[in-house]
Amino acid sequence: MNSVRRNATRPPPDAVYLDYQATTPVDPRVVEAMLPYFTERFGNPHSTGHGFGLEAAEAVEAARAQIAALIGAEPREIVFTSGATEANNLAIKGATRFLKSRRNRVVTLATEHKCVLESMRDLAREGIDSEIVPVEASGLVDLDRLAAALDDRVALLSVMAANNEIGVLQDLGAIGVLCRAQGVLLHTDAAQAFGKVPLDVQAMKLDLVSISGHKLYAPKGIGALYVRHRPRVRLEPLFSGGAQERGLRSGTLSPALCVALGQAAVLAAAEGAGEARRLAGLSRRFQDRLAGLLDGVALNGDAERRLPGNLNLSFAGVAALDLMAALPDVALATGSACSSAAVEPSYVLKALGLDDARANAAVRIGFGRFTTEVEIDRAVERIAAAVTRLRA
Amino acid sequence: MSSSPPVFTYLDHNATTPVRPAAIAAMAETLAECGNPSSVHRAGRAARQRLEAARAMVAEAVGLPAGGTLVFTSGGTEANQLALAGTGREVILRSAIEHDSVRAAVPDAIEIPALAGGTVDLAALAALLAEATGPALVSVMAANNETGVIQPIAEIVRLAHAAGALVHCDAIQAIGKIGFDMAALGADLVSISAHKLGGPPGVGALALVPGLHLAARQRGGGQERGLRAGTENLPGIAGFAAAIAQAVAELSRYQALTGLRDAMERSLLAIEPAAVVFGAGQARLPNTSCVALPGVSSELQVIALDLAGIGVSAGAACSSGKVRPSHVLEAMGAGPDLARSAIRISLGRDTGPAEIERLVAAWGALARRHRDKRGAA
Repeated sequence: MNSVRRNATRPPPDAVYLDYQATTPVDPRVVEAMLPYFTERFGNPHSTGHGFGLEAAEAVEAARAQIAALIGAEPREIVFTSGATEANNLAIKGATRFLKSRRNRVVTLATEHKCVLESMRDLAREGIDSEIVPVEASGLVDLDRLAAALDDRVALLSVMAANNEIGVLQDLGAIGVLCRAQGVLLHTDAAQAFGKVPLDVQAMKLDLVSISGHKLYAPKGIGALYVRHRPRVRLEPLFSGGAQERGLRSGTLSPALCVALGQAAVLAAAEGAGEARRLAGLSRRFQDRLAGLLDGVALNGDAERRLPGNLNLSFAGVAALDLMAALPDVALATGSACSSAAVEPSYVLKALGLDDARANAAVRIGFGRFTTEVEIDRAVERIAAAVTRLRA
Repeated sequence: MSSSPPVFTYLDHNATTPVRPAAIAAMAETLAECGNPSSVHRAGRAARQRLEAARAMVAEAVGLPAGGTLVFTSGGTEANQLALAGTGREVILRSAIEHDSVRAAVPDAIEIPALAGGTVDLAALAALLAEATGPALVSVMAANNETGVIQPIAEIVRLAHAAGALVHCDAIQAIGKIGFDMAALGADLVSISAHKLGGPPGVGALALVPGLHLAARQRGGGQERGLRAGTENLPGIAGFAAAIAQAVAELSRYQALTGLRDAMERSLLAIEPAAVVFGAGQARLPNTSCVALPGVSSELQVIALDLAGIGVSAGAACSSGKVRPSHVLEAMGAGPDLARSAIRISLGRDTGPAEIERLVAAWGALARRHRDKRGAA
């Protein structure tokens, strides 16, 4: 490991990390909460015949309650998964497969995460129709258009709470009303939104909510799915085995990772509102300073309804990949992390109707809990200098 | 972090075992960094480099043949599921002693019976392969989680390959406890899990021979060569790699547990000659003992030992809460009454004679109490 470390292209100390939608640093308070579950409290939470297992099981249940509390759910409605990708696969395939004899159709938006669109493709192979509803130039869906796609043939609608590339926040409250009127299950991929913007499963009438740990200062490898209990949403599990998680998700749970996600939820509950205000301030500072140094900067996605820590900007005349190459000490992204290596323009930006030039010039900028004003100023200076150089 | 040892004697290491300090160090180092291995910037590339270094370490520990693929998963259950559902083979033959995650993944599989000693019946396997109506996949674990009995994987591979069948081997309990070399054994798919060998729970892997194509179950961002979407659990994977490397390096030390285990079984049988050790005389994992105390239910034994401060289990951890008799022991020909009176005692790498003495004393007291009660009746 040591030789690998020395060779690694580690970022220098003054590098600025502005890719919080790809992944977040783990909060030291989360690390502190989870570490004992690797050592003195190492029991298997499913070995409830002895004290070690019971202690681990109690920790898992406490974490389940902490996560539930953040979205107005009951603890028993939270199923732990390995991450949001698994939660999305389980929600979409699981619920639709259960309902397919009665309702044989699924609906989603053109700007959803790949794992949502891929899950729909898997269902199409099983004979389940899917409809992909376009979005407006703002990235938001037109509610009349969405309503037209919902009827009694539709089993499930999947709409992302906060988009991973452009940060826009769909109007889940209104969408929930549309779904209830037609008896359609509403799934939301809240990987980016959970703990960052308020989510309430009752007020928004959400039936299934996918949650990610590593987007909220917990480690990679843990996520959760909220599954409504009343009225009961039924799922076919993706895989079977020891029948953990009430049969919905087999496999030994990691108490340390569950505790980490629980702690992340507790921190978000306590600090989330203040943090959102701070991030909105950083975002304004970033845009104001940049506007003082550069022209030809366009914001992609709705300016108001968006995650406080997300900007998606196109610098006219500068290809995003060139800009990133010119900025080795500022971590930015062209699109989602999973498709980072792709050279095609982002399908999300294309769905907003952006032309290739503007889509190819777009970078995603993500701030978070550990981003400082000093870092914002440093990043703006470096970005403005690089853009000016590349435009010359 | 407190370093005081637990007052409890933990002898359920096949359920899960404490994470090795080397694995914690590797995880702590990775947790302190921020990067998504799929991001192209420097932080992402550093994360990718760490991921691939870990992959190489795990591949080496499992004996992955050159050109093979190692896919990280959320654990052993997911690895088994991916292996069994993904090959597209028409006929699935699985042994009667497989873990629940294998049984549930292929509920319609044809069952290969086991012999009384706890190994798979090779003659029956040969006959089933001859009768197979299409391309087959054979799934047999390397060592059983309840009895510790080691399976003749090399012979199974020979029989299966001669019949054109693939072999999946669930090596979750074997890796890190006995020597296991995927290339030498010739298995086509191998499942492994981190938390059984001193890595963290929540991580596993599926190893594939070169040229084998699998259908993915969990789809999305195209990670793990499209075989398993989702951001990789990087700290967990780093801990997994550190743990498996150390476990494999310490195999000869682990082997010494055999002496401790055998001495324990002799003591138990001396106290109660009617006790039954399943798989006795077979090649077994050094740490595992499955012992029946006829006439006393498994649950009662587990509870009595727990009250005496000793943690053991009535079978596999996942089914600990249930009362049905073990399918493994039934497959070995144990009647339901005998199967319902068995417990699994599994030692850990740091288990010593003092802990075994406590177990023998508590188990002995339980056996004598039962004998007195029976005598009085």
